[in-house]
Amino acid sequence: MRGRSALSGPALRMGGLVLALVLLCVVGIVTTGGRFASVGNITTLLALAATTGVVSIGMTFVITAGGIDLSVGSVLGLATVWASTLSTQYLAEDYGWWVIVLTALAVGLAAGLVNGALVAYGKVPAFMATLAMLAAARGLAELIAGRQTQLVEVDPFLDTFRADVLGLPMIVWIFVVVAVAGWFLLNRTTFGRRTVAVGGNPEAARLAGIKIKRHTLYLYGLAGLTAGIGAVMALARTTAGSSTNGTLLELDVIAAVVVGGTLLAGGRGTITGTVLGVLIFSTLTNVFILNNIDSSVQAITKGVIIVGAVLLQQWFAAREKATST
Amino acid sequence: MVDVDPHGAEQQVKQPLLRMRGIVKEFPGARALDGVDLEVRPGEVHCLLGQNGAGKSTLIKILAGAHQPTAGEVLLDEKQVTIPDPVAALRLGIATIYQELDVVDGLTVAENIYLGHELARGGVTRRSEAARNTRAILKRLGHSEISPHREVGSLPAAGKQIVSLARALSRDARVVVMDEPSAVLDSEEVENLHRIVRELTADGVAVVYISHRLEEIRQLGDRITVIKDGRTVATSLAVADTPTDDLIKLMTGRAVEYAFPERPGVAEDAAPVLEVEGLALGDVFKDVSLTVRAGEIVGLAGLVGSGRSEILETIYGARRATSGTVRLGGKRLRGGVDAAVAAGMGLCPEERKSQGLLLDEPVYRNITLSSFARFAHGSWLDEKAERAAAQEQVEALELRPASVDRNARTLSGGNQQKALLARWLVHGCRVLLLDEPTRGVDVGARSEIYSLIRRLADDGAAVIVVSSEIPEVLGLADRVLVISDGRAVHDSPADDIDEHAVLDMVMEGSVP
Repeated sequence: MRGRSALSGPALRMGGLVLALVLLCVVGIVTTGGRFASVGNITTLLALAATTGVVSIGMTFVITAGGIDLSVGSVLGLATVWASTLSTQYLAEDYGWWVIVLTALAVGLAAGLVNGALVAYGKVPAFMATLAMLAAARGLAELIAGRQTQLVEVDPFLDTFRADVLGLPMIVWIFVVVAVAGWFLLNRTTFGRRTVAVGGNPEAARLAGIKIKRHTLYLYGLAGLTAGIGAVMALARTTAGSSTNGTLLELDVIAAVVVGGTLLAGGRGTITGTVLGVLIFSTLTNVFILNNIDSSVQAITKGVIIVGAVLLQQWFAAREKATST
Repeated sequence: MVDVDPHGAEQQVKQPLLRMRGIVKEFPGARALDGVDLEVRPGEVHCLLGQNGAGKSTLIKILAGAHQPTAGEVLLDEKQVTIPDPVAALRLGIATIYQELDVVDGLTVAENIYLGHELARGGVTRRSEAARNTRAILKRLGHSEISPHREVGSLPAAGKQIVSLARALSRDARVVVMDEPSAVLDSEEVENLHRIVRELTADGVAVVYISHRLEEIRQLGDRITVIKDGRTVATSLAVADTPTDDLIKLMTGRAVEYAFPERPGVAEDAAPVLEVEGLALGDVFKDVSLTVRAGEIVGLAGLVGSGRSEILETIYGARRATSGTVRLGGKRLRGGVDAAVAAGMGLCPEERKSQGLLLDEPVYRNITLSSFARFAHGSWLDEKAERAAAQEQVEALELRPASVDRNARTLSGGNQQKALLARWLVHGCRVLLLDEPTRGVDVGARSEIYSLIRRLADDGAAVIVVSSEIPEVLGLADRVLVISDGRAVHDSPADDIDEHAVLDMVMEGSVP
């Protein structure tokens, strides 16, 4: 697709991520033997990765375009609460489980569009606009839920999303579908091209005739939508809506995207990298839990990995620049 | 102004201060320098001449300690030295003033000048001493009006350059390297810069001066070294004895005249394509009206800050006009840039890198940035078609290297400009707005760009060219508008006015 030096860069980066993942698995197998490599454990690992994964796909677009969305965790929480209120569940009993799904998606999308409108048309810095949404969405979720956990009792919903398909949980398949769709959207469509252009050089994109404000609105809408999808998955997995759902999720998501190789400054994004980033963090958590290692140690390790990945990224970038001079 | 007292005669006996011999610099996959020699004497202005990509920047980066040579030696006072890093360069008395001025906007003038070698006792900076010294240096540079306590961000480009120079002097530099210092300055500031350079050399400082303006080199330089394709092709030519034609021949390897393409003349009945009426933008410019017919090139001449770039950007919809109308093919344009582009307008902006290109994306995506959606089937990109269209333009425009897959960052200035022109050729433009189309473009590529612009007009496009170089406007355009202080003060066929008259009008408005 691209020139020699540009091709070897991404290939090398992907190789490094795969290597890291394989190493983690080897550590898992060596330290816990059959417990890590069992079908049950891998299924659990993937199911845990799926929610973060879906939201990370949306975040990949926002970050590729040079933005950031800090509100995805709160918006996911709000969507789980809204989609599991008694009235929503009554409606779902009457009309079908899709009412819950539609509510969650609508809440996510709406919150995302508010973010997008503030950033694109209100010219509020993305960091501040989505930080405000982070606080507001969490607050609204608490108000609606009254700080209670709302159990989901719509059986058709649970049956559909807790089912296993071809040996894997439904929510893992959702992650697979969203990731594949995200890859095509970023790499094969005009939407993806605009995203990269806006992130790479917004002024050049604008002067070339790209409607960057409208596109920015769509991007945050997309991130909100993936938070809505994530909410459906969280509802299915935990069978409950709660205002605490998705707390600090934004940190895991941003970490996975950046470790995957998407530039925080914008202009380059990789869905494959994001998926690998999500898997690396989930596997890490899993291996630590299996070894009964304190969660604080786990947090420290995460921090080290993030810093290491960013350092590597910069090393790659410097090397590429040197080759192209 | 041209003080004919060449230091040349007395310098014949002086020992060279700086000597570079057989410098080779290899980057992975490329040999940027392949045997460069340079010999600079104290007290001279030594001009370094070469096309874009000839290796000038790499050479001065080696002098500045930013790059390490693969082979070759650097001698200072006939003693071999190594320059492992920028700090070492400064310690040796070699200061470099880059094109992109490397001053810190948030610090004061004095803080900038002593950045990296702060005057301090026990960790506490000695502000008053720094201010005193700064004042002395600024006085020496003839700029005592700049306060040492002023924040550098509030200074214009010329002021920042002075700060950069002052920093070099604060280090007692014996060799000052200046990379296209006049590119960011208007003519009055250029005069001042030349005066400072002359004073520096009178004090025995050697100045290595890089410029694309041959005229400037004539005025200022003592000797010239010409670099082509990473090699020295001529060293230490005396400026006074070398005809310009010879210099161009040395740089390009062929005889290139500053030739402008022939003007076929616009047909009397050619339809007006772009009609601008009473356009205004706040205090920046007022009441600008102009008409461009199919096949016509209209040149806007004016100084930096006269409002000429803003006029282009407002026509293009990138700025919101406070009053006035823009019509394209008789239809009034409303809305922003996207509406203008959809209607068939294209702009090649002044700052190619920051406003025009996606530097880390391949050339073909830069070329199709305005048209990829048209190649797409629905939302589905057709990269094959995009690459084919880009490749066609790359060949037609002789863009080098001829690959559409290289990142735009790796192209020289002239080739980046060609890529931007290719963007609008692929898109198909009825109106093309060009802001400084040859800034930072070397002599050889210039004529190519001139004929390309003319060809676009011959194909029926209406073209507006903004340029600070008056000969360029007069040579290229059919009609010339002179912009001064936000107003069009003159509008006539290019043949009815000469450089002197334009200069007069341009200057008149700039006096406060």
